[in-house]
This record gives sequence, structure tokens and C-alpha cells, in this order.
Amino acid sequence: MTWTTPTTMPRAREIAATVLDPELPMVTIEDLGILRDVTEDDQGRVHVTITPTYSGCPAIETIREDLVSRLELAGYQRVDVEFVLSPAWSSDDLTEQGRQNLARAGIAPPGPVQSADGPVPLTLSVRCPRCDSLDTRESSRFGSTACKSLWVCRACREPFDHFKAI
Amino acid sequence: MNTPLNTPLNTPLNTALNTALFGYTLALADDALVSAQRMGWWISRAPELEEDVALANIGLDQLGQARHLLTYAGELEGDGRSEDDLAYLRDDREFRNVQLVERPMTDFGVAMARLLVLATYQLHLYRALAVSDGAPLSGVAAKAVKEVTYHVDHASRWVLRLGDGTEQSHARMQAALDAEWPFVHELFTPCHPSLAGLVPDPAALRESVLADVRRVVTEATLVVPEVSPALGGGRRGLHTEHLGYLLAEMQHLHRSNPGAIW
Repeated sequence: MTWTTPTTMPRAREIAATVLDPELPMVTIEDLGILRDVTEDDQGRVHVTITPTYSGCPAIETIREDLVSRLELAGYQRVDVEFVLSPAWSSDDLTEQGRQNLARAGIAPPGPVQSADGPVPLTLSVRCPRCDSLDTRESSRFGSTACKSLWVCRACREPFDHFKAI
Repeated sequence: MNTPLNTPLNTPLNTALNTALFGYTLALADDALVSAQRMGWWISRAPELEEDVALANIGLDQLGQARHLLTYAGELEGDGRSEDDLAYLRDDREFRNVQLVERPMTDFGVAMARLLVLATYQLHLYRALAVSDGAPLSGVAAKAVKEVTYHVDHASRWVLRLGDGTEQSHARMQAALDAEWPFVHELFTPCHPSLAGLVPDPAALRESVLADVRRVVTEATLVVPEVSPALGGGRRGLHTEHLGYLLAEMQHLHRSNPGAIW
């Protein structure tokens, strides 16, 4: 196909921004804050820059493949996805929309990161995403994915995931 | 992976420096990679389900760090070796990890004692690497600092709980520390002199790392063992027999099926 005018096609950035995190499918990579940059030229070539949440996050490969297939489907001829590490991702990069989507799916969103260099911040309490109680306790600092810890609500007795502040 | 780098690669002037930096990077990478493999042993064997998950996550963090470091090492070397080539196609004598991480880790006390020492060391090293913006490895290190902070915290909690627990848990935690301690000193092997000022020298971290570990050990009512250091030599490619078995398991699939990918 030939590239006509940019207005006939959704811009690459908008398409890339709709790709979901495979392990947190209620959050887009834009809302997660890992979509760093999208550039396109008039030849239909796209260059996407993303950053991993954790060094070993296995979702990043799937995200790369999803970006390539989604953008190619939209007519872009050549899609490059670049991984960058600096500046390091922080849970503060989550958007407000991302936080709301997490909470709605039963995952307590992270609080603000206190200090990158200090000890692991003491989280006084995390609000239960199901019943809003603050009477909760951490049952494990590590959860179902690298970015989450496990909590239990004492009020409604439900266990839930908490997106860690890092 | 893109890592900020201000050292020109593959220019004749910098060949010696690149070789030294390659060795330095490989040491960090192999510590993380071999430790990750040992952590994986614990999946389904930890004392409780949450601990299975925790140790798997810690191993995954270490594996991720190793992947970034190996990729970078391959770029420094300039021979086109990928992270997989370096992880799967080197023999034990080419590995640069400390002997601390390669020995079997089938006792939970040993796993926590070792993680406390290793993660504290990594935290200090990565922190020092991360602060120099644009320096080699600063990007990988800044990311890893956040992760190993959690590892130190996790190991510290267990050492406190077991050390200051029952008579039996105290005795076993002390025995674990005694077993690991001869291998602690190798972590502080000086790096190549040509790297002075470019990257932190592990030898310079000895006091601050050991002070942090000692604080946890003492609070856990345990004592820092007074034992002679093991012979060491991992940084020069000299390893215990255990590394060969570990690599056989880790590399088997890739070597039997060259080029296999998930």
C-alpha cells in the first residue's frame, strides 16, 4: 500500500498506546508508563521505545510482538521496537487512568515512591480494592508477577494483589 | 538493549580497556545468572507457598539483570556473541562468578544467609554504578538497585526471624552463616587497575557491605563467623565442582537444540 496523507491513518502513537500489558490486561502500556516514545516517518516506518518495569519482566517480549503486529495491521511498513533502561521505570509513572483501572480489577494501586535509594519503604496500609477497608495486612512481599505483592483484607477476608511502589 | 556508554567501542586505543570492562561486566552478570539458577531450585520446595513465589521472583530479577549485563558484555567484546551465546555456550572455566553463588543451596538458612550477603553486595555495587550518569552500566544498575533493595529486605527479615527465633532455628541459621562465610571475601576481589575511576572497585566496598550485613546478623542474635577465607578464584575462572553440574543442567537444552528459542 502507499502512504498518502498522515490524516488518513491513526497516528502510530495512538495505536501503540492501546497495546495492553499481557499480565495486567486492564492497563495499556501507556497507562503503565512504559511507552517512552513513538516516532514515524513519511515512509510508514515506526520506531517505538519501551522500557521494562522489572529487569526480568517476561511480558516485555510479548509487548514487543503486540506492538509490531498491531502497527503492521494498521498499515505501517516497518516497525522497530527498542528497549531502553534509562531512566529506570518507576511506579510513579503509572497514569491516573491506569491506577483506576487496576483498582477496578481488584489490584490495589501503588502509593508514591518514597526514596529510590533508601530501604524498602514501609507501607503502613493498603486500601482493600474490594471493600475499601484499611484493615489489611501484607501476606507476601512478592506476588503473582514481579510488580506485585500479596495482601489480605481483614474486613472482607479477601486476598488481593498490590502493585508495588518502586 | 541500549545502555548508555561513553567509552568508544572497538577502537584500537580502547581494546585493553574494553577487555577489562568485559571481565568486570561478566563477573556481575555471572553472579546474577548462577544465583538465579540456584534460586530456581527452590520453586515448589520453599517452606511456604508465598516463599516459593518470593524466591522465584528474586531469581527472575537476577536473571533479568544477568540478561542485560550479558548483552552489554557481548557488545563490549565485539565478537558478536549474544546473551544466549554467553550464558549457554561457555564452559565453567570461562565463568567469572564468585564461588559463593555456585555451591548447592538446598538449606533454607543457607539460601537466606547467602542472599543477604550477595544482595547487600550488589546493592552497594549497583548504587555506586548508578550514580555516575552516562558511565558504563549505569542504566542497568539504576534498574537493579530498586530490585536488590527488595532482596536485601527479604533476606534480612528471614535472618532476623530465624536467628532470633527458636533454639533450633537459631542454631541452623548460625550454621548457615558459618558455611557461607569463607566464601564472602571473594566478592571483594579488586577489579582490573585500568578501570579505576570508571567503575566502582568491589575491594573498596568491603567495609560498607560487611557493616550492613553485620548489623542484621547482630540484631538476629547471631555472630559473624571468624573463619579463614576459602581459596576463591571464581573471578579468574577457578570454580568448585558444583558449577559444572549446575551448567550442565542450565545449558543442556540449548546445547542439544542449537538455536532453540521459546
